[in-house]
Amino acid sequence: MDWTIAAFLAADAVQNGTIYALLALALVLVFAVTRVILVPIGELLVFAPLTYVFFLPGEVSGLQLQGAIPGTAWLSAGMLAVWAVLDRAAPRRAGVLLGGALAVLGLAWWGAHGVPLWLGWIFAVLIVFPIGPASYRLFFEPARNASVLTYLIIAVGLHFAYQGLGLVFFGPEQYRLPPILPGQTAFGSVPINNQAFLVYGFALFAMLGLYLFFTRSLYGKALRACAVNRLGARLLGINPAQAGYVSFGIATLIAGVAGMLLAPLIQPAYFQGFLLGLKGFVAGILGGLISYPLAVVGALAVGGLESWASFQASAFKDAIVFTLLLPILFWRSLRSREVEEEE
Amino acid sequence: MKRALIGLLALGMGLGLAQQAPLKIGVVVSATGPAASLGIPERNTMVILEEQVNRRGGVAGRPVQFIVIDDASDTTQAVRATRKLIQEDGVLAIIGTTTTPASLGMIDPAAEAGVPVISLAANLEIVYPVDEKRRWIFKTPQTEQQMSTPIVQDMKASGVKTAAYIGFNDAYGEGWAKAFEAAAKEAGITVVASERFARTDTSVTGQILRILSRNPDAVLIGGSGTAPVLPQRTLKERGYKGLIYQTHGVANPDFLRVGGDNVIGTRLPAGPILVFDQLPSSFPNKNVAQSYVQQYEARYGIGSYSTFGGHAYDAWAILRPALERALKKEQTSNLAAFRKVLRDEIEATKGVVGTHGVFTMSPTDHLGLKFQEAAVMVEVVKGEGGKLDWKLVRTFR
Repeated sequence: MDWTIAAFLAADAVQNGTIYALLALALVLVFAVTRVILVPIGELLVFAPLTYVFFLPGEVSGLQLQGAIPGTAWLSAGMLAVWAVLDRAAPRRAGVLLGGALAVLGLAWWGAHGVPLWLGWIFAVLIVFPIGPASYRLFFEPARNASVLTYLIIAVGLHFAYQGLGLVFFGPEQYRLPPILPGQTAFGSVPINNQAFLVYGFALFAMLGLYLFFTRSLYGKALRACAVNRLGARLLGINPAQAGYVSFGIATLIAGVAGMLLAPLIQPAYFQGFLLGLKGFVAGILGGLISYPLAVVGALAVGGLESWASFQASAFKDAIVFTLLLPILFWRSLRSREVEEEE
Repeated sequence: MKRALIGLLALGMGLGLAQQAPLKIGVVVSATGPAASLGIPERNTMVILEEQVNRRGGVAGRPVQFIVIDDASDTTQAVRATRKLIQEDGVLAIIGTTTTPASLGMIDPAAEAGVPVISLAANLEIVYPVDEKRRWIFKTPQTEQQMSTPIVQDMKASGVKTAAYIGFNDAYGEGWAKAFEAAAKEAGITVVASERFARTDTSVTGQILRILSRNPDAVLIGGSGTAPVLPQRTLKERGYKGLIYQTHGVANPDFLRVGGDNVIGTRLPAGPILVFDQLPSSFPNKNVAQSYVQQYEARYGIGSYSTFGGHAYDAWAILRPALERALKKEQTSNLAAFRKVLRDEIEATKGVVGTHGVFTMSPTDHLGLKFQEAAVMVEVVKGEGGKLDWKLVRTFR
């Protein structure tokens, strides 16, 4: 391995690591506030670009869809409608939710009948966005105060459900999406896809945004209070359910936008989200699922190890990456003294 | 009036057929899951065939019933489906399944019960060596070995001295690695790198860098479906100028759709059906392939056919005459004995012209294809209107 190759591998590591970092941030955020390990985050990530495919003109996507409405819109609208029914005791909120469901379908219909690319891009994110908070309302909120294990079981179930739906909605094959910034820029001898810079930019933006949100805004502070001590937060008038919606919402938004930006660099398919999410999870574990900076460091470490492994021993790449969990879990188990499980 | 008459006639024929118990054939395909782009045309083909056979009076006057089960590209489900078809449905024979690992899994239950199976998967190990268990197993798709030979011949003709390989880290990729390395060695081509990637990978930069650092004249990518676009795209992005070969696992329209400009110039060995309209008229299976494609497109739309449905068509082309001969020798009510006779008749298949080649089986060869008729070299070209298409480069007859 010479320096050129090392530089190429480093560029690849940063690109992958950034995506894992975004997913790790979202996972840590959701876990800290709600104790839910959001396994289906990978599905939410691929749903957005796959929905976008339906809004592209035929000559760009290579498909003839004839104005079909993507299945994710039905899913999103359906979940909002069920949420509205569950919250019928509060007619105003139920009304807003129903309105949201109709708006999602409206956007999907409009998008499917031809909109400018940038508008379709925004529509895709907006259509997938309600799935996150609605998942919290429909599946996790009824099991409030359940153990982390129960939440994990629900989350894994949701992952399988969304992956199966993804297959039904989008079929087994991959899709090609147009980059927002085509072409490459050379750094020394290393060419980097311009689209990757958007991913880096969004990652920095998301990190900075989360930092400001949690340190400067009252709402962010309330979320943090929820994460530190749920009971205490509730005594101070913070609604943990609402905190759940917000954290799921932010996580879905991060995953959705990350997916949209990443999609032109990979060829998204329904099955690709899970491994991305899993590697984000490994990164999050490096920070014990509580520390944001450690999660980012972990994500870059995962990306780097993956790059190195794919060069040195490609047949064992994923095995090497997931083996990384063992020493870390061991190290953490030595360090941690507190007794697991709250309440 | 005319319509009503035809309806009555069809009803009468249907009743006539229904009087006899149908000949049950089990079909296992991967209609969902990662191999679905292969499995769906196979299932569609079986649907067409079942209608067609029964409309024309069935096999030896008896209706045929295909019991189709989807294994979701999963070995466990394929094995379970096999057991169910044998024990609960009492099928005479089984066609399937789509993928190599699942087909390997079906060998044991089928051999235990003594049921002939015609697999639709590529790997040679499904039917070779023909031992006590594999006596019952046949298959229709070309093996990696048969497809490696045309690749290596084409490489030699193009002046390639060194080649690299990158393939799936599963049975498909491993099978190709072995077959390609053996064929290349024989032809005096040095394989300078052999890498693996996963279907679900979102980056293969590391593997591609390793290949580029060895500077090969050609790269073979061993994958199926649309996933092999990624290594090809990475090669192009990293400025690779040599020849890029793919396997027949990508011979479907989705590969062109996802690949776009990145896959122009790709060469791959494919069943002749892929370019049936460009074959010389002396090519033995041109007409069969043409008529199959016309039937398929009439039902599922122009441009919808892929080579995989052809494997299912060929399986039935072999099974049907074997069934007819077996029905003359044995009653289907004596199930175990009938299955045995049917196995012998499949093994006795001679000169059946299918969409992918001419099948002549023997006790040591349960595939019966010769690569000269079963493989042609195809290149991806940009046709008029910017549409990508398959172009016949050379045949090996």
